[in-house]
Amino acid sequence: MENLAWLNELLADNRIFTPQTIAYYWDGLVVTTQLVFLSLVAGLVLAIPLAIGRSSNRRWISLPIYVYTYVFRGTPLLIQLYIIYYGVVFFDGIQQTFLWPILREAFYPALIAFTLNTAAYTTEIFRGAIKATPRGEIEAAKAYGMSQGLMMRRIVLPSAFRRALPAYGNEVIFMLHASAIASVVTLMDLTGAARFVYARFYAPFEAFLFAAAIYLCLTFAILYFFRYLEKRLLAHLKPQGGN
Amino acid sequence: MKNAFLASLAGVVLVFGQAHARDSYDHVRFGVDVPYEPMQYRTPDGELTGFDIDLGNALCEQMGITCEWIEQQWDGIIPGLMARNYDAIMSSMTINEERRAQVLFSDAYFTPPSAWFGPVDTDIEMPSEESLAGRTLGVQRGTLQDSYATDFYGDVASVRRYSSVDDMLLDMESGRLDLVFVNYPVGKTTLLDSERSEYRVVGEMIREPYEYFGDGIAIAFRPRDEALAERFNEALAALKEDGTYDEIHDRYFTD
Repeated sequence: MENLAWLNELLADNRIFTPQTIAYYWDGLVVTTQLVFLSLVAGLVLAIPLAIGRSSNRRWISLPIYVYTYVFRGTPLLIQLYIIYYGVVFFDGIQQTFLWPILREAFYPALIAFTLNTAAYTTEIFRGAIKATPRGEIEAAKAYGMSQGLMMRRIVLPSAFRRALPAYGNEVIFMLHASAIASVVTLMDLTGAARFVYARFYAPFEAFLFAAAIYLCLTFAILYFFRYLEKRLLAHLKPQGGN
Repeated sequence: MKNAFLASLAGVVLVFGQAHARDSYDHVRFGVDVPYEPMQYRTPDGELTGFDIDLGNALCEQMGITCEWIEQQWDGIIPGLMARNYDAIMSSMTINEERRAQVLFSDAYFTPPSAWFGPVDTDIEMPSEESLAGRTLGVQRGTLQDSYATDFYGDVASVRRYSSVDDMLLDMESGRLDLVFVNYPVGKTTLLDSERSEYRVVGEMIREPYEYFGDGIAIAFRPRDEALAERFNEALAALKEDGTYDEIHDRYFTD
């Protein structure tokens, strides 16, 4: 606590932002970051094979994936979270299975809901990018005698990722903002911390503005990260030459 | 033209000023957090009922005014009063210092204790820092039970906060919570008297410390509505006098 003396001094005349509530916000920030980061990584890992399958010409592959993305994009994330969190307990005997230690917590049901949701959106973003591959590139690859797999790996996916990047950056920001609903299943994320402070000190403006400011900072960080990525990866699309 | 404008302005000021000075409410809107059985809840056919509701309606009748109930989730109930979404809060709100800084309370009309509830087979006998270490505790967000559990056990146990009592009970039933901490009449009605009563009170009734549990429950008003609070106090005294209060009390509390 000694190294926080300056913080205590700063907060001395303040009823709401005590070191304790700052700690709540900090813990909330950690939970939000973990939740969003893990669900994005897992969603991305799921979305790549799904997007390839979704752009397949074989209907028995693409149709089930389409149904999945349609359902998860067609229903509110909040409802999906409720179904996964409150719905699972209506399976008799779930408390006795090995899944219960995971489903008992609020974190994992939220993580599952967020992952499935972002995977559905990301699948569609990538599918669009794969479909938009110029025919010439594919024909050239075929002319070189590349197999389907090699062509996917060397030609289609790298250029699809680049095309998908701006849209995917938006999805990441949407996911951060959507994570605010995690507090309805008692998770103490950033919004959960704000709701706690609001309810305890009856101070809606202070509690939520502070949380909003943190979300804003996170959004800017994501925005700059993607701008940097775009600058590097899409450099070849910029106008070339001396003028 | 200018004079007409000024005259009408003066008229407006006069009308509003008068309405304000009389401070006469002939219609009072109560903010209430539903469900909180048996204090306030809906019957199967959707009718609003409960101790707070019946007493509030009886008070209004006694005062010769009409009243209306507006539902509001607990964690926003005081800001809602300040935002004039309703004129008073009659929702089992305990008088304590933190709230007294925000609202004006009537006289207390009931003094329920709080209690811990858990499954019949729980191995916790007496809630303490040791016995609750590592456990999961449920409370309703922004209640005095939330403040108490957070301050006393927040460091050793994980406190999960719910927007409504219903959500909390659902998680209790599914086994996500080890104990819940609620106002005793609410826990008794919803957990002990439920159809498959698999719950019991863990430890003793809790009424202390005073900073948390205060002086009992009361109606909350905006601080400027002193006259209105006074009228409610008189009506409450009258209902206690003529036995109406006892009659309503016995409708909901057997012991």
